[in-house]
Amino acid sequence: MKYKSQKVAYWFFGLCMLLFALQIIYGFIMGFARIGMDGLHDFIPFNTARAVHTNLLVVWLLTGFMGAAYYIIPEEAQRELVNVKLAYVQLISLAVVGVLAIVGYHFNIWEGRKFLEIPRELDILVVINVLLFLGLILTTLYKAERRTTTSLVLTMGLVFAALLYLPGMIWFDSQVTDSFFRWWVVHLWVEGVWELIMGGILSYLLIKLTGVDREVIEKWLYVIVGLTFLSGLLGTGHHYYYIGVNKIWLIVGGIFSALEPLAFLAMALFAVYMYRKGEKSHPNKIALFWTIGASIVSFVGAGLLGFAHTLPQTNLYTHGTLVTAMHGHYAFWGAYAMIVLAIISYALPNLTGRKRYNNTSGHMAFWLSNVGMLGMTVAFGVAGVAQVYLERKMKLDFMDVQNEIAIHFVVLLLCATLFTTGITLFIIEFIKYGKPTDEALVKEE
Amino acid sequence: MLSKSQARAFFLGGTVVTFLVFIGLTIYSFMPKNDQTYHDKIDAKVIRGKEIWESNNCMGCHTILGEGAYYAPELTKVIERRGEGYVKAVLQSPVPWGPKGRKMVKYEMNDADAEAMVAYFKWIGNIDLNGFDRVVSPLAKDKK
Repeated sequence: MKYKSQKVAYWFFGLCMLLFALQIIYGFIMGFARIGMDGLHDFIPFNTARAVHTNLLVVWLLTGFMGAAYYIIPEEAQRELVNVKLAYVQLISLAVVGVLAIVGYHFNIWEGRKFLEIPRELDILVVINVLLFLGLILTTLYKAERRTTTSLVLTMGLVFAALLYLPGMIWFDSQVTDSFFRWWVVHLWVEGVWELIMGGILSYLLIKLTGVDREVIEKWLYVIVGLTFLSGLLGTGHHYYYIGVNKIWLIVGGIFSALEPLAFLAMALFAVYMYRKGEKSHPNKIALFWTIGASIVSFVGAGLLGFAHTLPQTNLYTHGTLVTAMHGHYAFWGAYAMIVLAIISYALPNLTGRKRYNNTSGHMAFWLSNVGMLGMTVAFGVAGVAQVYLERKMKLDFMDVQNEIAIHFVVLLLCATLFTTGITLFIIEFIKYGKPTDEALVKEE
Repeated sequence: MLSKSQARAFFLGGTVVTFLVFIGLTIYSFMPKNDQTYHDKIDAKVIRGKEIWESNNCMGCHTILGEGAYYAPELTKVIERRGEGYVKAVLQSPVPWGPKGRKMVKYEMNDADAEAMVAYFKWIGNIDLNGFDRVVSPLAKDKK
């Protein structure tokens, strides 16, 4: 690392690991409940496990993005963060808000809106926390002598993500209006501004790992984020087909959703092409695996599997089924979880000064988690398609269908065990690296 | 070959244009003449029903308008499928409802809250869902 203040990123990454581990535990609780093993029902009913599972996902990814920003921005801006103590205050307050929300879910204190379950009172604390984070990043950039496209795209993504949180805080009497604006937050985050953040991190990693000229990488970064917004903004329409709003969204959502894979395809081609074009052979191959892997898996998970059920004619039958869970798992994994694991893998040796490149357990972590998640996606997909045919076409009763497809959740749990083994190895590696140290400071990496 | 400034113009131009179209379509969707929800039928009981729905995170197991957790039945057409009496019995049950092995949280609602939920489900059940109402539920009447 080049700046002392980058060390704060390590603690954000540490919190990421903790929250990710918890998220997996709650995932298992849900998986077992689906095969009838719901012994924890009285303490952790399914809706609690579900809210904790999805909210932990959002929080650990955001924590990872923040850590990435604290690591990347000083290097890109060529100066220290303006105030490191406030960055630690922000980290602790983020952890406190997260813990309060999750504890509350176990006592029926929530908002009960998918992905946005945090009660409105706590939303205000989230806003203050994010404003503090943005204040630190923006002030650092404002005082910087250099403002790169990479840092601007990353920061733009973080600012828009904060702004888009606001529509989710408004109360609506109508379930339809509520749903409509909830997607402004959820869809425009994951299929919009989060892709800016992903693009920014990807661009930074490719510059560092491949040695390709910054100007070339940043030019294509603009094209990719351009494609993202061009398709993703109006692609929001695929959430509006069947929730009680005008039919115009069937046409608009259908066309622009079909274009959404293009942005992910461009990202995958971009990463692979830059890797092949690069003359530099960076020794951190594990970071390279996660980086290139993120670009490819995001294309399959978010791009292709998303397209598989966003045509209105298909979505008429798949809307509200496990097909969505199939797409959701592989998309979040490829696009966001893997890019956070990529920046952690890249940053750890630089923060700690321990060059544990290419160790076997690091590679095993990559392959086991990826094979496990692919298996989980296939299990969700088979269960989802079976559900569509049995419930929507054959008109069987909901629970009869659920009992028929329970076997696929046994497969899902087996694959989840493989996935968990991979993530456990990743966390063990994280711990083995030890804490960041000033001795790791270098003038140029 | 594309220059960096052209790439930036593509990003900014494309984003601004699609954002404006998106805002325009949002306004269009909420014009009274395009209302498919019978918005004027939302009364105090329906609003109370939505409050109960949210404060108990029912969406954490069920789905409504196709949105939720896919663990418990879709409730968009639940009144049409099951009738008011059944729905109230489930909500007021003193033991966890668990047909065919999957347990629901025990709510033991009072009459007023159970009636508010029924009003909420009735309002939801009448929304024009662009054809989804035909397939949304195994026992819903096929209106084809």
